[in-house]
Amino acid sequence: MGEPGPISATGLDGGKLAINVMHFARALRAAGLAIGPGAVQDALTALQLAGFEHRDDVRAALHATLVRRHDQTILFDQAFDAFWRRRGYLDKLMAALSPLAQPEAGKQKKPDPGASRVSEALARSRRDERPAPPPELSARLTVSAQEKLARKDFAQMTAAEIAEAIRLVAQLRLPRDAVKVRRHTADARGSRVDPRRAFRRSMRAGGAGIELAYRSPEEKRPPIVAICDISGSMADYTRIFLHFLHAMTAERRNVHSFLFGTRLTNVTRALRAKDADEALTACGAGVLDWAGGTRIGPSLHRFNKDWSRRVLGQGATVILFTDGLEREGLAELAQEMERLHRSCRRLIWVNPLLRFAAFEAKAGGIRTMLAHVDDFRPIHDLRSMRDLCTALGNGAGRGANPRRWLRIAEAERPIHPGQRPLQARSSAGDFTGSNRMLSAGAVTSPQS
Amino acid sequence: MSHLLPTSIDETLALLQRADYVGDRALATVLFLSLRMGRPLFLEGEAGVGKTEIAKVLAKSLGRRLIRLQCYEGLDTASAVYEWNYAGQMMAIRLSEAAGDKDRVTLQEDVFSERYLIKRPLLQALQPDAAGAPILLIDELDRADEAFEAYLLEVLSDFQITIPEIGTVKAAEPPVVIITSNRTREIHDALKRRCLYHWVDYPDAEREARILSVKAPAAPAALTRELVAFVQKLRKEDLFKSPGVAETLDWAMALTELDAVALDPDLVTDTLGVLLKYQDDIAKLQGSRAQVLIDEVRADLAHRAVA
Repeated sequence: MGEPGPISATGLDGGKLAINVMHFARALRAAGLAIGPGAVQDALTALQLAGFEHRDDVRAALHATLVRRHDQTILFDQAFDAFWRRRGYLDKLMAALSPLAQPEAGKQKKPDPGASRVSEALARSRRDERPAPPPELSARLTVSAQEKLARKDFAQMTAAEIAEAIRLVAQLRLPRDAVKVRRHTADARGSRVDPRRAFRRSMRAGGAGIELAYRSPEEKRPPIVAICDISGSMADYTRIFLHFLHAMTAERRNVHSFLFGTRLTNVTRALRAKDADEALTACGAGVLDWAGGTRIGPSLHRFNKDWSRRVLGQGATVILFTDGLEREGLAELAQEMERLHRSCRRLIWVNPLLRFAAFEAKAGGIRTMLAHVDDFRPIHDLRSMRDLCTALGNGAGRGANPRRWLRIAEAERPIHPGQRPLQARSSAGDFTGSNRMLSAGAVTSPQS
Repeated sequence: MSHLLPTSIDETLALLQRADYVGDRALATVLFLSLRMGRPLFLEGEAGVGKTEIAKVLAKSLGRRLIRLQCYEGLDTASAVYEWNYAGQMMAIRLSEAAGDKDRVTLQEDVFSERYLIKRPLLQALQPDAAGAPILLIDELDRADEAFEAYLLEVLSDFQITIPEIGTVKAAEPPVVIITSNRTREIHDALKRRCLYHWVDYPDAEREARILSVKAPAAPAALTRELVAFVQKLRKEDLFKSPGVAETLDWAMALTELDAVALDPDLVTDTLGVLLKYQDDIAKLQGSRAQVLIDEVRADLAHRAVA
């Protein structure tokens, strides 16, 4: 299999091909595809091999070498059409290099979803979009003030306190949630014999005796998937929760974040930006439904269908951040919650409504969702955020058992709805992490 | 005897067709490029669209050996690359002791020689083969751990493996590598960069009908037409898992076994388990929905026949 030599810039067609492919690659790069010089070289080689008789072959050759993910295909197609049509280059080239080829007329089509991004990238004016750096924070609080701040509701904080809270969120001690996996690593105190290392060691001494070497299972941190409600009613808490997610994303690689209002958006890549403000701005840029209404059931449906199989492998923990105030489509919500619960290792629901001491699981949406979660906990102040970290670690925090809320709601409802106030946090015994025994019958029909 | 590699895209397409694989031209193009450029081919797509089949077909039609590495969580070098035969080594040490042989260097060379080396798929793929370089299928790479992915980087770019006790093993002729992924997680860009990428999509109605005529020739033509149109419609429904080509084939065979000549709602409801593998998907289709779909399919087919 003789691999053709690299094409120099002055090779085929007097160097125009190489230069055009390079321009094309640059357009794609501007549209957000990560294309290195190696890929451009590959594209040239591939083009030379594929020939110029068919437009589709040219497209397939460039696609195979320049695209790395399925979702980039739509951008690629747009760029391919726009670039090669605008220049009229491909047709000319095909005509020049292959007498067999019949140039296809460029058909005018409706603009596709990726079109605006590509055309922007193709003709981008260099604007300076960099925002002014945020002023340095000078207010450092004392320990007791921090303690007070930890219990203060995010919604009641002043701008300065929020800034301080964000700083504290970034410093949170993040969960230690490593689990054992099936791979092994060398460990002097391990319990399993590592024959390979044992033999190498014995060879060192000439095979006189065999000194055993040991190994133990490796530990790995399972992925965390956050699905976050950005509807108007949650606005005060969403921003700070995003900071929490950003801190977590910065510390470990496998955090996936999704936002939903009326539609679901994946913001994992946006949150990977080093700077928190930059990351949040990038998050906002991709989301069209900030602080609007919310449709939990359909959003979860989209997540289950499009993403669950891609991000929930390898024992993921899901953090669902929503107030659960869904009025319609409770049957669908129940179905989607059940599916979500079945496809992850642990489902934690964090709900800012738990800030109210008198909170009760009365709303239909909340009761529907409670039946399918492992943990149910507050998220309205720094302390609850710290508790969430503990819970993500190895177990249970206090008062997170969702069954308790359901039981109380069941017991209270027929007599005086909403009469007896309930402590948001009480010391219900340790929660062992599984409510899968709970039968669906424990919840009365949501519509009743 | 090894068959020659195809020299053009048309030949690649013909090669696939000869082996009863009905592929499209884009697939033939990337396959041809991958063979000529000596690059691994990275295939992504939903389950059951024929990704693994491509490697099998290629091995069969090129007359090469197929070496398959099925990935799973916890896959490590001992089961993917090589392992030493510890029991054999232990015997060798004891025997040399009994013989009073005290030469350390000879013993070491003897114990860590190829005699006690158990070759696993990746190492096997680098060995010379009379029929030409083998086809290495790394199946469902997304199931393996990220650490294994990193290990593959050296193997896939230089086609060599380093065994500390022996040295570096390099393939005289690099194997043809095909990697598949179901996207249960994203494979790292560093690995994809070394490969040619192709997304294997569900086939369109025309190609699916051709696949059925090749793979399930016993099915009556009228049934095949309806069945394909029905499956194509089903892929547009809001299902958790759309049926792949493999499911269509199974369904065609199931219906043929049942001596069906046309679709009817009861038959569809009874055999839906062949096509759909999730209970909620099946529940959606039970009852009147199947009838509605069949009516639509019939109307479309009649319309097309008139036009």
